[in-house]
Amino acid sequence: VKPRIKFLLGGALVLGTAGYLMASAISETGVYYLTPGELSAKTKVDPTFYETGVKVGARVVNGSIVRDPGGRQVAFKMTDGAQTYDVVYRGITPDTFTDDVDVVVEGRLGRDGTFRATTLLAKCASRYENAPDKYKDTPGYKQAEKRA
Amino acid sequence: VILVGELSLWVALLMAVWAATVSFAGGQMRRGDLIASGERAIYATFAMVVLASLGLWTALLTHDFSIKYVASFTSANLPKIYTITAFWGGQSGSLLFWALILAGMCSVALWTNRDRNRELMPYVSGTLALVLVFFLATICLGSNPFERLDWIPPDGRGMNPQLQNPGMAIHPPNLYFGYIATTIPFAFAIAALLTRRLDAEWLAAVRRWALLSWFFNTTGIVLGMWWAYVELGWGGYWAWDPVENASLLPWLVNTAFLHSIMVQEKRGMLRKWNVTLVVSAFLLSIFGTFITRSGIISSVHSFAQSPVGKWFAGFLIVAIIATAYLVTTRLKDLRSHTELESMISREAAFLYNNLIFIGIAFSVLWGTMFPIISEAVRGNKITVGPPFFNTVNVPLGLLLLLLTGIGPLIAWRRASVANLRRQFAAPVGGAIAVGVIFFVLGLRNFAALLTYTFSALVLTTIAQEFYKGVGARRRMYDESAIVALPRLVARNRRRYGGYIVHLGIVVIFAAFAGLAFKREFDVNLRAGESKTVTDAWGHQWTFLSQGISRYRVLNREVTAIALDVTRDGKNAGVITSEKRQHVDSRGAPTFEPSTEVGIKGSFKQDVYVVLAGVRGTDAAEIRVTFNPLVRWVWLGGALMALGGLVVMWPQAERHRARAKSAVPARTPVHEQLPGLVRA
Repeated sequence: VKPRIKFLLGGALVLGTAGYLMASAISETGVYYLTPGELSAKTKVDPTFYETGVKVGARVVNGSIVRDPGGRQVAFKMTDGAQTYDVVYRGITPDTFTDDVDVVVEGRLGRDGTFRATTLLAKCASRYENAPDKYKDTPGYKQAEKRA
Repeated sequence: VILVGELSLWVALLMAVWAATVSFAGGQMRRGDLIASGERAIYATFAMVVLASLGLWTALLTHDFSIKYVASFTSANLPKIYTITAFWGGQSGSLLFWALILAGMCSVALWTNRDRNRELMPYVSGTLALVLVFFLATICLGSNPFERLDWIPPDGRGMNPQLQNPGMAIHPPNLYFGYIATTIPFAFAIAALLTRRLDAEWLAAVRRWALLSWFFNTTGIVLGMWWAYVELGWGGYWAWDPVENASLLPWLVNTAFLHSIMVQEKRGMLRKWNVTLVVSAFLLSIFGTFITRSGIISSVHSFAQSPVGKWFAGFLIVAIIATAYLVTTRLKDLRSHTELESMISREAAFLYNNLIFIGIAFSVLWGTMFPIISEAVRGNKITVGPPFFNTVNVPLGLLLLLLTGIGPLIAWRRASVANLRRQFAAPVGGAIAVGVIFFVLGLRNFAALLTYTFSALVLTTIAQEFYKGVGARRRMYDESAIVALPRLVARNRRRYGGYIVHLGIVVIFAAFAGLAFKREFDVNLRAGESKTVTDAWGHQWTFLSQGISRYRVLNREVTAIALDVTRDGKNAGVITSEKRQHVDSRGAPTFEPSTEVGIKGSFKQDVYVVLAGVRGTDAAEIRVTFNPLVRWVWLGGALMALGGLVVMWPQAERHRARAKSAVPARTPVHEQLPGLVRA
């Protein structure tokens, strides 16, 4: 057999294994990334979406955050406008987690309608770049405006 | 000065358009005056971008808050060093910074090639000018750092506290240098394709730039890991975030290229492949910038959604189509000069090395893009996380590590059995010995065990190479080992510098394997309470809270906890962790609170303490993480950078002088190329 063919066979073996690993890793660890509205639509059509690991991107409802005083549990509501869910999360919350921020939670939606999150990521819209309309809401500007 | 800066941006754009037009025209019509004019226009573009940058720096340093960029990212009480680095802290400023570095690199590339590669240069400068046009147009029309507010705020918003860190001040410029340096090889590749001069000439011209890009990309990535580790407080340094992946992609392709270039140099093979790699490295750099700035993929790092994304998408599509067309129409000119002779040869090892690098790059790209791909194909957004990347890349990474040990030992063309036996005896012995020792010591994690076994193989390989090299010098020149070692490296920088890079890689892999033994504890402590936990090495650690203190410094309110730490009953010092609330110059809070991690490091492990929150007056929520071997990651990164420097370091003047005296009457360039007499 020519070395060239041998090499190609070996290469196909390596790439095939990599492809197989990728495909199986996706089917085992890939999760749906949904908005609350989409999740609610899915559960209506297909009840198996209850108690299935999903990722949900939504916004924290203003004033809904309740921290359990002793432990490290936090409860809040998240919404995308179309649907609102109660969320329970145990663990350390990120610094950026406050009212009205966009969050990405990973966990399972219970049949009681409560989302039990195992991870909580908060994304501040103004992290690197401010949104122009939000700009004037920062505390420094409010004060300055009052004075003016 | 600020107004001059703004205007000079527009002049720079016009200059770049001119440069692109006359360079290509000059190359086509073989008119030296046009070519020279194009090159001068690029130098002028650089000068104009420098002016613009000085304008922005002036605005930042004089706190001119009528400029939106200044008001958005700085405040009057921001430390001066971060006021300067705010230049690349936001979208439009970082684009200007990009243009500045790009124009600078273009000028250097033109200058160093003023007497060389004259057939290629018109097309090189034309391509470079086109890339400049794109960036300058994006800045001028899409995201102008000199945009003004219709009112003048009394103070700016200030800089995100997480960016107020020395690592963050130098990490983005490093990455940018790495990304931008891929443009020069890209321009040479395009020029070579256009002129069909696809021999070794253009490769030699781009190797140094590819190395430079690799060097900055490496240091940028490692610094970014360090920043994430000490600043973000989640306990790790790599999360397979889309933005991290975006910086890894060009690195993988560049590393593959730096290996495969040797195959073309020695054996004339892989010519299509090398062109493709060079072009891909550039396209992936642009792609990486695109996904960080367009908001197309959600990431904790990403800039907000902005119109700039469209510009990048457009440029990317045009560039991909143009290069794909060029490569496919030149396939005939890119035919290999030789064929693979044997599977047991250095070439074959390099081929597999490249295959795996590209395999890793592809899987990273696929995983990063999967939410978009799945949404487009099946209508559902499906995300993959670290488990995906680890499942795929751990085996591939291990294969690569194995090849790092094997490659340098095999002869070119065809290795004989005697050669193999001689070369492999020590490394294989070393690897088996280390594997057995670690197994007997109780290491049962399969991936970690393989990592250490392969690491031993690579280490012995490197040691053997140095030993043989030094031995040869000692016999030939009768030098002592101490004299011979540095001379050996100095005379064969590419080879031995490369081994130093391999050494760094091994150290980093060994450190990664340590992650398998990470331990994490969430603890609640009131003042005076303590908690005892056990790390992966079996040590008992006790953390005693000294209570919480609150105080104010410069631009922040600090809540801090101090922990008395003992290890196995012996005092191990104090660890403090802080929560910081940054404030503006009138004391009003800005941004969300940020965390200052307490780290007690040793070569065994880091004890990593994060103050997560405070309940009431003195009840602290703390997360304690034992991170094994993290320090070795930074050490490995430093070794890789050092190796890169050794390879890049210009050859001693002596060599050049000797080369010149050996060929006394070199034909002047313009006599070789009559069509290209410079004005």
